Amino acid sequence: MTKSNERKLTIARAMAEATAQEMRIDPKVFVMGEDIGPLGGVYGNTRGLIEEFGAERIRDTPISETAFIGAAVGAAQDGMRPVVELMFVDFFGVCFDAIYNLMAKNTYFSGGKFKVPMVLMTSTGGGYSDGGQHSQCLYGTFAHLPGMKVVAPSNAYDAKGLMTAAMRDDSPVVYMYHKGLQGMGWLGTEAGATVHVPEESYTLEIGKAKVVREGKDVSIVSVGMGVHNALKAAKTLEAQGVSAEVVDLVSLVPLDRETIRASVAKTGRLIVVDEDYMSYGLSGEIVASVTEHDISVLKSAPKRVAFPDVPIPFARVMEQYCLPNPDKIVAAWDEMKAA
Amino acid sequence: MSPTREDQHWMYRNMVTSRRFEEAIAKIYFEGKSPAFNMANGPIPGEMHLSDGQEPVAVGVCAHLTPEDVVTATHRPHHQAIAKGVDLVKMAAEIFGKATGLSGGRGGHMHIFDADVNFACSGIIAQGMGPAVGAALSRKMQGKSGVAVAFVGEGAVNQGGWHEAMNLAAVWNLPFICVIEDNAWGISVSKETSSAVANNTDRAAAYGIPGKRIEGNDPYAIHEAAGEAIARARAGNGPSLIEVETYRLAGHFMGDAEGYRPEGEKDALFKKDPIPKMRARMIGDGMASEEELDRIEAEATARVDAAIKFARESDDAAPEDALTRVFAA
Repeated sequence: MTKSNERKLTIARAMAEATAQEMRIDPKVFVMGEDIGPLGGVYGNTRGLIEEFGAERIRDTPISETAFIGAAVGAAQDGMRPVVELMFVDFFGVCFDAIYNLMAKNTYFSGGKFKVPMVLMTSTGGGYSDGGQHSQCLYGTFAHLPGMKVVAPSNAYDAKGLMTAAMRDDSPVVYMYHKGLQGMGWLGTEAGATVHVPEESYTLEIGKAKVVREGKDVSIVSVGMGVHNALKAAKTLEAQGVSAEVVDLVSLVPLDRETIRASVAKTGRLIVVDEDYMSYGLSGEIVASVTEHDISVLKSAPKRVAFPDVPIPFARVMEQYCLPNPDKIVAAWDEMKAA
Repeated sequence: MSPTREDQHWMYRNMVTSRRFEEAIAKIYFEGKSPAFNMANGPIPGEMHLSDGQEPVAVGVCAHLTPEDVVTATHRPHHQAIAKGVDLVKMAAEIFGKATGLSGGRGGHMHIFDADVNFACSGIIAQGMGPAVGAALSRKMQGKSGVAVAFVGEGAVNQGGWHEAMNLAAVWNLPFICVIEDNAWGISVSKETSSAVANNTDRAAAYGIPGKRIEGNDPYAIHEAAGEAIARARAGNGPSLIEVETYRLAGHFMGDAEGYRPEGEKDALFKKDPIPKMRARMIGDGMASEEELDRIEAEATARVDAAIKFARESDDAAPEDALTRVFAA
């Protein structure tokens, strides 16, 4: 919990601070991407870096994702520690070969002789009517393919620790930050993501989930923006006398199945909240992680609150109809209870 | 060949219509977004990329096109959509996310689709290249008339997909024209710092096709170069590449502080606004009278006002319609 006299940062500033601190002690770390130089990143997560480190280490790129992400793979294998930005995760389509056929596989192909210590930062999420090529999460897409660690912070404290951990990791890490949590007012922003962040450098263990609210009647499991929706739903449920536990996955790969299973074993009920598409994705994986382990812990069938299997519509009423929200989570509990 | 009197009137009319449309959108866009600017709010939410200043490219090229010809455009599509003859009323409604919009609100401003005039656009850089080349291929395979034009920004030439599509169009000798709108900026990154050559039509040599660069955002010169390239494509003589120096009078998107622009650049660009320039030239050349151009402007304003009124007064999309049209019916 943040005390009033403690320093609060947005996720954007926490990411920039972590990067700057690491760059001061590790000359191998450098950043590449579109508009990450003087502009400081479209989402603010490289702000101030070019002023301190200059254009040699903070490199604005042409609109050439295949080239600079592929180049990051080569530089990483040659001893550098690149941090690259894919401005919107939706843009993965133009450069996925470099990501999943090279970045993700070269460690394995080389029998571990080549390391690919790079961070791929990318923005996710909708809710501000940016249409179907600028609003996706694609958590499941990235987490599905072996060889990449995948993290997605819900708040600035985790964001800083994950960023430092990602830069120090010898494996490629996909760092998925939600636009609605960045603290950029022009996108609207979730206040709960801006929290106390220590000045000093620290790491958060990749692959470790957090119980961010304890409860005994139902486990609500989510990531990123979904954690905030889950916490709001938990408050509503509390007023109805229902004690909801909220699990923040923090990392998608490795997935901390132990924490999920322990929570559901305690509560007996599971609701998964995911802003990514419903089918073949994160929400199904969480349910399977529980049921294939021990289905007897469940007092009722698990529920999923996820984006329906349609491209993300532009019109606000349509998009909001599709997005997960606290009311839908409460409704899922009501259905579960009635079943 | 210089544009005819009729062409010039058409070009001016479409430039002014586009400008009035962008002015109307710009004003409405900020409704509900103050005092705190939040993109999610107001009657037009989401990102908004305006085309003010780039109108000469759209009209100089589209003056040679008919509805059967295919155009693909970018995230900054309104001027080209208007010049290609996209239904202005339904386009406005789409931008407002209304049920009456071209796509019933599913697409929005970066995804304007009008099958009646073979227009499509998309939100990711250089994406229109492949589809335009494919349309050109389809016309050739079916023995059907018509050419395909892909409009892209100068930043798009650094995408792999751009080069692949150019080569394919050339190796298959397709009726395809790539028109590069060089507004000098890819968001905050300048052409100078991101492209290895100053003149992108130098790249035409890599595909063995003609390339022509037009300086000064000149609608007359654009009209002439596009006319040659399109005639060449129609005659079955293959693709061409055109690059036009144009001016982005707006930010990359609405809300862009444009701190990356050198001091004075914006003022200098506004002094070169192509619309008053064309007006003066038409009058100077005896191609139009003041009264004629005043009337064209008034008509353009009225047309835009009607489209905006329709968009505002239309019903919102039905929320549950979000789940429809995923697959062909």
